[in-house]
Amino acid sequence: MAVIFDRTPVLTDVPFHYCPGCGHGIVHRMVAEVIDELGIRNKTAGVAPVGCAVFMYNYMDVDMYEAAHGRAPAVATGYKRVHPDHFIFTYQGDGDLASIGTAEIVHAAHRGEKITTIFINNAIYGMTGGQMAPTSLVGQKTTTSPYGRSKEHCGEPIRMAEMLSTINGSAYIARCAVNNTANITRCKAAIKKAFQTQIDRKGFSMVEILSPCPTNWGKSPVEAMQWLEENMIPYYPLGTFKEV
Amino acid sequence: MALKLMKGCEAISEAAIQAGCRYFFGYPITPQNDVPEYMSRRLPEVGGCFLQAESELAAINMVYGAGGAGARAMTSSSSPGISLKQEGISTIAAAEIPAVIVNMMRGGPGLGNIQASQGDYFQAVKGGGHGDYHAVVYAPSSIQETCDMMQRAFDTADTYRTPVIILADGLIGQMMEPVELKENPNPTMPDKPWAATGYDPKGTKPRAVLNSLYIETEDLNTLIDRLHARYEVIKQKEVLVECYNTEGAEIVLCAYGTVARVCKAAVNELNEKGIKVGLVRPITLWPFPTEAVHDAVAQDSVKGVLTVEMSDGQLLEDIRLAVNGVKPVEFMGKAGSIMPTTEGIIERIMKMREA
Repeated sequence: MAVIFDRTPVLTDVPFHYCPGCGHGIVHRMVAEVIDELGIRNKTAGVAPVGCAVFMYNYMDVDMYEAAHGRAPAVATGYKRVHPDHFIFTYQGDGDLASIGTAEIVHAAHRGEKITTIFINNAIYGMTGGQMAPTSLVGQKTTTSPYGRSKEHCGEPIRMAEMLSTINGSAYIARCAVNNTANITRCKAAIKKAFQTQIDRKGFSMVEILSPCPTNWGKSPVEAMQWLEENMIPYYPLGTFKEV
Repeated sequence: MALKLMKGCEAISEAAIQAGCRYFFGYPITPQNDVPEYMSRRLPEVGGCFLQAESELAAINMVYGAGGAGARAMTSSSSPGISLKQEGISTIAAAEIPAVIVNMMRGGPGLGNIQASQGDYFQAVKGGGHGDYHAVVYAPSSIQETCDMMQRAFDTADTYRTPVIILADGLIGQMMEPVELKENPNPTMPDKPWAATGYDPKGTKPRAVLNSLYIETEDLNTLIDRLHARYEVIKQKEVLVECYNTEGAEIVLCAYGTVARVCKAAVNELNEKGIKVGLVRPITLWPFPTEAVHDAVAQDSVKGVLTVEMSDGQLLEDIRLAVNGVKPVEFMGKAGSIMPTTEGIIERIMKMREA
């Protein structure tokens, strides 16, 4: 029988541990496909984050680091400076990148560090059990904002793609979503462009990906996709914010 | 090679380069700024890379990235900055990455001051970061010794895949002394099949997974057992200590680093007068020279032990553990970067002899 759909080689034969309806699996596969399609597997390393994707080193069949919370861009910097002709990506969530690791991501971009960051924005802390993230929406109920996020109390959600696109060292910054097939297709094209930016040594590249977290949002997978579309996309507009 | 007058921070940097260090990541803090300044000038000349990080946290994580990629990498800082690096040092120890970390100690706690101190002994020797790990800790007492130590520091880090701390102080960093630097244009590097240097599934080299997370209890325990088996080897093979005129001594001084030099002056002065005093100077603070300390003080001639520190009694605890009650142990020391004087030490020794 002809095989018409298979695992892409860079994905290991290990089942994802993610919840039903989670976006991580979709994004992992796209990152792996891009590495395979660009033919850079033997020269690519990744940095896994702290958060739900912490076990990414089990799924990606390339050299992998696991970094402390927020520090992935610094670890990637160390690798890249040693192997400037290799490629490295960081995979980070919103707590990791937009809260505890703001210094590391801002300065990696500022240096024009030739690394690629995949930023999963699901507006919540997943692995720790649904606490408020810097990207949680105003009014969003989480385990640490049980009355809903209040703008007066803790400010409005941070828009990382817009912020990082103002930095000269950023060469490619885009925001995508994995809520429907059309957006998933666009997302993969953006991930590929981000890696290509690194290959072309243009500077820092990042794709922010709006991704559902049904478990911690307290929704079914289908409801979560709807919530993302109706609430997240209006606040976090999709598109390319910087392209050099 | 002829002797050259060099500032400690610069000499240690050059010695690191001669030992094969090609990557330096750091953040400015007094009194160690001459290390990053020197590295920023010199590393490009030898095809290396200096990068001023956005913080000490980032710097130590860059060392993790570079060390994990197979290179000899180093960072330096001073006490408050070393506190910030502890998260990374714990990670590096767990991920089994070689790294060299220089601490030019200044007064603490908090911002403390910017003068030399020995207040970070506990932090360096007893862990510093969280979890069950050790770093090998070297305590040089002169600039020459610091230079000679750098090759050993990088070799030890590579051999045992462990963080190594050079626990010096602001005086070592800031003073100038004549040094002889061994030139080593082609330092030998061990093979690092575990490093992230690119993975080919068709090749023989295993895929690198540099990690400090072991979610299963048994898996974490396996890592800790592996680390501790290595620590036992380090304890057997890597202890360094200087026993100076301890044979037949009445009073044994215990001190490390620059304070040990003041103690040595006191020992010399008293020895000239025929008073039998000696000094035990741990050169590695971890692994600790427990046996050497014990043997020196257990002699029948020894009436008492005096631990001298530029801190509030930290080395003292390890000395007491090593002495294990066989002789009385006294303490002399001040925190706040106050250096003990030769006269003060002699006075204290004379009092101990009278008692």
